[in-house]
Amino acid sequence: MVAYVLIAVAAVLFGLAYADGYGSLAIHPMDQFEVKPLFGDGPIHWYTPTNATLWMGLAIAAIVALMVMGTKGRAVIPSRSQSMAELAYGFIRKMVEDVAGKDALPYFPYIFTAFLFILFANFLALIPTSFSPTSHIAVTVILALTVFISVTVIGFVKNGAGFLSLFWVSSAPLVLRPVLAIIEVISYCVRPVSHSVRLAGAVMAGHAVLKVFAGFAGALGLAGIAPVFGVIAIYGLEVLVAAIQAYVFTILTCVYLKDALHPHH
Amino acid sequence: MAEVASTGAAAGGEAGIPQLAFDTFPNQIFWLVVSLVAIYFILSRVALPRIAAVLAERQGTLTNDLAAAEDLKRKAVEAEAAYNKALADARTEAQKIAEETRAGIQADLNEAIAKADAEIAAKAAESEARIAEIQAGAVQSIEEVAKSIAGDIAAAVAPGASVDADAIANAVSARVKG
Repeated sequence: MVAYVLIAVAAVLFGLAYADGYGSLAIHPMDQFEVKPLFGDGPIHWYTPTNATLWMGLAIAAIVALMVMGTKGRAVIPSRSQSMAELAYGFIRKMVEDVAGKDALPYFPYIFTAFLFILFANFLALIPTSFSPTSHIAVTVILALTVFISVTVIGFVKNGAGFLSLFWVSSAPLVLRPVLAIIEVISYCVRPVSHSVRLAGAVMAGHAVLKVFAGFAGALGLAGIAPVFGVIAIYGLEVLVAAIQAYVFTILTCVYLKDALHPHH
Repeated sequence: MAEVASTGAAAGGEAGIPQLAFDTFPNQIFWLVVSLVAIYFILSRVALPRIAAVLAERQGTLTNDLAAAEDLKRKAVEAEAAYNKALADARTEAQKIAEETRAGIQADLNEAIAKADAEIAAKAAESEARIAEIQAGAVQSIEEVAKSIAGDIAAAVAPGASVDADAIANAVSARVKG
């Protein structure tokens, strides 16, 4: 992920630098992330339907198509779409059960919601000229904070003050424990940051790099065939990243939930 | 650069990075929450119960089918045992019938032999009686012939002499019996 961010930053600087000097090489890799009103050109209020609204709505539509329309048959021998829906269901359910334990299953619907939202937002964002909601810090921070706050509340509700034993490493020597506790608390509080920046950074970096390569292809004329191969290669990587980031976000959620339900080391 | 800056400025961003255009945050957060709530209700009210029901039904069907297969297998084993038993029964029955038939034939045969023996014995006794009768008859005939011949011989040897018929008869009878 760090590599991606570096690449993205380099690409952005590269594009901007050239955009100054040569009009033909004006690449704007970040324009694709702009939030714009769907209708008209007015200011963006909190309720204005924007391209973010559109692509989140399309993600909902895709989820409905797979999970509701796809399972319409309720067949014992599933159709292809029902099989996919069951696969996704079984995959996340098993992950929650294996990582966070059986008592985490009541939270499975929300974890599955987050997984499907990120997965479909990521995949839909791979359509050219689309908008990627998950590339925005605003979105991923809310997703991560929801997990962080819920997990902390669940931890205290389920364990009371015993939840604090998560920070008290009882296997360490007594003198070290206060120091470790401080480190543990800091690492605990940093969780939502890494949780959200990982997702937004990976998606943003990948898409920016794609845009930069595409800009080269447009600017280089006939020689532009070379960057097209770069675009193809990175696009393949991005498909992988789209799925992996959804997976990573979900499994980290499960890990945090496990800490809340079973805080004792 | 001027264009980037202006579009960035239009979105309210700093240095043209739309992710940091804070004035779009309320909008994105609002629509994100709406989306998440919508997905959550669609999943928890419709999709998840449906999939759980389908999976449970499939598990039930599998269990039932396996049980049915087990049942059928048990029945097949039972049927084979019954067949083997029937075969063994039939074999002993056949043996019994053969034995009975053989005993019956033997009894009939014995009876027939006994009957034949009795008949043979009766016939033999009858024949013996007749033989004895014939013998007796023959002896008597011989005696009579001998008496007659003896009388004739006596008359021929001593013609005119009175011959006692009874004496001759006694003498012949004595000789024949001797």
